[in-house]
Amino acid sequence: MSAEPQRQLLMDERAVTRTLARMAREIVELNAGVEALSLLGIQRRGVQLAERVADEIERAEGKRPPVGTLDITLYRDDLTAIGPRPILGETRLPEGGIDGRRLVIVDDVLYTGRTVRAALDELADFGRPDRIFLCVLVDRGGRELPIQPDVVGRVVQVRPGGRVEVLVPELDGRLAVELRGTEVTS
Amino acid sequence: MNPAATSLGKDLIGLERLTAEQIRGILDTADPFKEISERAIKKVPVLRGKTIVNLFFEASTRTRISFEFAEKRLSADTVNIASTGSSVQKGETLVDTARNLEAMRIDMVVIRHGSSGAAQFLAERIPSNVINAGDGRHEHPTQALLDLLTLRDHLGRIEGLRVCIVGDVLHSRVARSNIWGLTKLGAEVAVCAPRTLLPIGVEDLGVHVFNRIEEAIEWADALNVLRLQLERMHAGFIPSLREYNRVFGVTRERLERAPRDVLILHPGPMNRGVEIDSDVADGPHSVILNQVTNGVAVRMAVLYLLAGGAPDRAEAAKAEG
Repeated sequence: MSAEPQRQLLMDERAVTRTLARMAREIVELNAGVEALSLLGIQRRGVQLAERVADEIERAEGKRPPVGTLDITLYRDDLTAIGPRPILGETRLPEGGIDGRRLVIVDDVLYTGRTVRAALDELADFGRPDRIFLCVLVDRGGRELPIQPDVVGRVVQVRPGGRVEVLVPELDGRLAVELRGTEVTS
Repeated sequence: MNPAATSLGKDLIGLERLTAEQIRGILDTADPFKEISERAIKKVPVLRGKTIVNLFFEASTRTRISFEFAEKRLSADTVNIASTGSSVQKGETLVDTARNLEAMRIDMVVIRHGSSGAAQFLAERIPSNVINAGDGRHEHPTQALLDLLTLRDHLGRIEGLRVCIVGDVLHSRVARSNIWGLTKLGAEVAVCAPRTLLPIGVEDLGVHVFNRIEEAIEWADALNVLRLQLERMHAGFIPSLREYNRVFGVTRERLERAPRDVLILHPGPMNRGVEIDSDVADGPHSVILNQVTNGVAVRMAVLYLLAGGAPDRAEAAKAEG
């Protein structure tokens, strides 16, 4: 028998909902409207967050930006080190493609920055957006690459052993952010 | 899904040794790989820097080209070696050829060979990953995997399906791999052929035997029609090609009498008018070209799963974003 891993609630459903609504407003503000705006959720939980952000944008602006999904597994730089993931998520570009669009990459947690690096490489193979923004629900620090988000839900400093888990109803049954395995330092 | 249970280890020799979970793991991995071949830039960098040798000691068009596309779409560097025009013609042994390739620092070998067991023999002697692309009458695992994927695409499942393999089962590694794969995933399997083209004791593999094609068509959800291997017909297995077509050919008239639509698969190359008629091969229930498309995706999945080597560590790393 193993002990229940240490678990701490960082954001409950209401907090996540409020934060996503604010992030949606910030995206519209950054882009000065919804013109040419498309969202791209990173598999897996970035996908559900992107859909929610799109819902919020629609509520505020009356127009829903196209949403796509991106699986970056095949663009990771650590296949030999960690081995393949047996199942990949779907990659489906937003309606209207990405050429000439103002594209918002949506992910759940920003940590080393390697996922975003992979996403940028993959997008370069698909086309040429006019502008790419990065939008994350949680920035946990610990970057290994010079990558910074444009829109952030919440910033927390988490030691390397800890894990920030974003839970979404479609996959986990509820909407929340939890911290596992360590304490938040700020 | 438990990644450790779906790990393939170093080599892919045949479906006989894989568990149902490993086979499903390959099919589930192949699904998203289909989309890559529909992209404008049909290439992902996942096998960048890997060197793959396609070692083909037997004639092959489809399988060799399909592997080569799969390798190139994953960004691997590939070299093709055929027995004609290589030092194999000068009498070099299989293991010497492989050791020389190893000395040039390769990562994977895809081997097609006329002798059953050749892939296993090689896999035991070199540290590179070995993929069996057909060895003698033994197995052709990637062909069976693409057949399974095509069945699952069109009929929604494998479990409980009735699949009949028609034709030269005796000489067919495709039949053997299909029987292993289908039965492991819970399909009912039958074979239908003249007795001279069935191996002795085929029932022991857990398959039904139909002596008449009409009965097979009435029973089946899908037919996998094998090529009559004309180059092996000198030994008098059948009276004549015309006779074979008349008694065992898959024809439109026969299919029209079936109680349900029967999906038609064929591993190619086809002998039109012998084991299969043109209106069936090009007909509405034929998925023969879908099989070819799926072949690239399945091979991409196998290369990807073998190249990484340690999927048990993948889930943990995934969480690290």
